[in-house]
Amino acid sequence: MDVVNQLQRQFIDYSASLHREGFLDDQFTQLQKLQDDNSPDFVVEVASLFFEDCEKLINNMARALEQQQGVDFKQVDASVHQLKGSSSSIGAMRVKDVCIAFRSFCEAQNREGCLRCLQQVTHEYSLLKNKLQTLFRLQQQILAAGGSIPVVE
Amino acid sequence: MAASETKFHVLAVDDTLIDRKLIEKLLQTSSYQVTAVDSGTKALEFLGLNNNDHQDAEVNLIITDYCMPGMTGYDLLRKIKESSSFKDIPVVIMSSDNIPSRINRCLEGGAEEFFLKPVQLSDVNKLRPHLMKRTQTNVNKRKAMDEIVSPDRTRARYNELE
Repeated sequence: MDVVNQLQRQFIDYSASLHREGFLDDQFTQLQKLQDDNSPDFVVEVASLFFEDCEKLINNMARALEQQQGVDFKQVDASVHQLKGSSSSIGAMRVKDVCIAFRSFCEAQNREGCLRCLQQVTHEYSLLKNKLQTLFRLQQQILAAGGSIPVVE
Repeated sequence: MAASETKFHVLAVDDTLIDRKLIEKLLQTSSYQVTAVDSGTKALEFLGLNNNDHQDAEVNLIITDYCMPGMTGYDLLRKIKESSSFKDIPVVIMSSDNIPSRINRCLEGGAEEFFLKPVQLSDVNKLRPHLMKRTQTNVNKRKAMDEIVSPDRTRARYNELE
């Protein structure tokens, strides 16, 4: 009983810090609210899809920006647009914000700016991935100890 | 007619897997039966097949993403509104971009609603009136007004007709 409370407290504090530091926004909370007995792993599943998407899109962007003959900025922008959409859907606020800046550089056909954003987006994605994995681990521990996952507003 | 017991069938169209999963969950949570496809072409195929199928596989509403490769959500909307078989199916469009000219174009093109992504439960709640309105066209309109629509809404509707 005490263990569960402790874990739940940790979970709440960690969730709150992720929101406070801008890693997650309200959309993530909406996803948590949608999770129910019919789909107990909904958030983890959506997060997995997001990480797969991130990796694929980041690779696309990197390849497009590497083209020495001339960068197809429309192609880069298409990938950034998709990533912006996915990050918005899961509530990955920092990733989304980098995508917004990234699109401006694509529009301006600024290769240096794009490369900087690519670096940033890669960094934010791996930060978020680590943090969510920690959050999900805490979730698992709570469930294993027989507790329920608190929803943090 | 036991309208409250009927599960409305929504056809969701989105090329992104995450968004498909999300809209599916939102619709299921709101007690809709959902079929999710990843393109406008597949949506039309699904509707076409349904014509020869059982009544229960009927589609009551289509919700589609705007930005899709090949056939956009707007293209799909127009194809549906221009078809004699499907023009009465309400269509809702979703987009991650807040572009007023795009929104107006879709609404003028026959879309019932335009939702900005990420779509939330509060948006999905707005679908029900469009579905209830449709079931009335299957029943004698006057009878439907008396039985289903409240007096205030009836008054508003008659005012609109004038």
